[in-house]
Amino acid sequence: MNEIPGDLKFNKSHEWARVEDNGTVTIGISDHAQGLLGDLVYVELPSVGDEVKAGNACAVVESVKAASDIYAPVSGEVISVNSALADKPETINEDAFGEGWIFVIKPGNLAEELDELLDPDAYAELIESEEH
Amino acid sequence: MTQNTILNATHRALGAKMVDFGGWDMPLNYGSQIDEHHAVRRDAGMFDVSHMTVVDLHGAKTRDFLRRLFANSIDKLKVPGKALYSCMLNEQGGVIDDLIVYFLAEDFFRVVVNAATHDKDLAWIEKQAAAFGVKVTERADLAMIAVQGPNARAKVQSLLGPATREKAAKIGKFVACEGDGLFIARTGYTGEDGYEIIVPQTQAVELWNQLLAAGVKPAGLGARDTLRLEAGMNLYGQDMDENITPWEAGLAWTVVLDDGRDFIGRAALEKQKADGVARTMVGLVMDDKGVLRHGQRVVTSQGDGEILSGTFSPTLGKAIAFARVPAGTADHAQVDIRGKLVPVRVVKYPFVRDGKPIEGI
Repeated sequence: MNEIPGDLKFNKSHEWARVEDNGTVTIGISDHAQGLLGDLVYVELPSVGDEVKAGNACAVVESVKAASDIYAPVSGEVISVNSALADKPETINEDAFGEGWIFVIKPGNLAEELDELLDPDAYAELIESEEH
Repeated sequence: MTQNTILNATHRALGAKMVDFGGWDMPLNYGSQIDEHHAVRRDAGMFDVSHMTVVDLHGAKTRDFLRRLFANSIDKLKVPGKALYSCMLNEQGGVIDDLIVYFLAEDFFRVVVNAATHDKDLAWIEKQAAAFGVKVTERADLAMIAVQGPNARAKVQSLLGPATREKAAKIGKFVACEGDGLFIARTGYTGEDGYEIIVPQTQAVELWNQLLAAGVKPAGLGARDTLRLEAGMNLYGQDMDENITPWEAGLAWTVVLDDGRDFIGRAALEKQKADGVARTMVGLVMDDKGVLRHGQRVVTSQGDGEILSGTFSPTLGKAIAFARVPAGTADHAQVDIRGKLVPVRVVKYPFVRDGKPIEGI
């Protein structure tokens, strides 16, 4: 796994967060996570305006095999969702770190919560250890 | 301890994601299970089903024995090579396993049962066989490859010697023939045409690689499950078990209450039929987005039921399921998905046959 973008931070539960230049945070699931789930067929998105709390379930991705909760890596208000996933959930399989983003939030308590997340090296180590 | 089929290393070399299935290390997929599903519906795919148990039954009274052992009537098999799907029941009418039996000679029948039920099936068969002097032989020396899809038969035939090819091309559905060391049956678990090939372990890897070279796509348990569910075929342990009778599992068509045949479980089935069967198995289709799953609650006007097998149907592009619901359920119901009641249509299955959605699904 050497394809993890350097500007991402991770939950242990395999969500990624990217702080954009305008201060918002884009959230998705890792390439490793989509590989574990297999072919995705449905994404239950949060609603714009929802308040999400770091560590709480706020969306669901479903593969043919299983349903899996998405936990918010940081707290804040949902300001945008990737509605293209409604018709093409497989975008997450194809491009988990790019076009497969799930939602964007306006963070409330970013600096503190960011420290709790894993950097790309630590995340790579985590998935390495899970595979053995 | 996890068991491996003879093809285990072959699956791994093809990059398969492996999972434990009934104590066997089996391929879940080789990449995308949806691609594998479509390959079977549109062209040809193959499954390693060597984990399933082949049991040979020998003895002059084998047919009498099977009249007693099976809820379906073995007397439907009049011509050697012919196959039959049946349930094997306990005295309470519960399903011990479902299986396919082949009539090969009056003193030789072959049965293929599930992997996860191996131990109890063999114990039950042996116990019942004793009174008939039937010899029960497990054929652990055999592997099995299912080749399924509209182009499956042609691709298999292209690999056979002339004499075997002619036989394999001629057999009808639910008939088997032998040749080139292979036992070739025109049966399957996908709703497509094709063969299930029983092959000596020593030839299995070579056959798999020849099929691969002929353009047959390897497919894993993931695709096998979506294919069989679309095709309306039960999965033992999920859709029925020892506490469920064929009446409650959509398997009434496999029960023959013929005159004077005393098969195991018959009395219980007759009683349940006379008393009225309270629960029935139905198909569900969800037009909303989402996926139906095993264990979800089904809310009907007659009371609650539950989903037995549920999945996303790649052919239909929506979720489908088998559910056990109170008898008399109307054509609409709701399913509890994470606390939300989502409408579903109650339908007759199969959902898909020979590559196409059934009309009205």
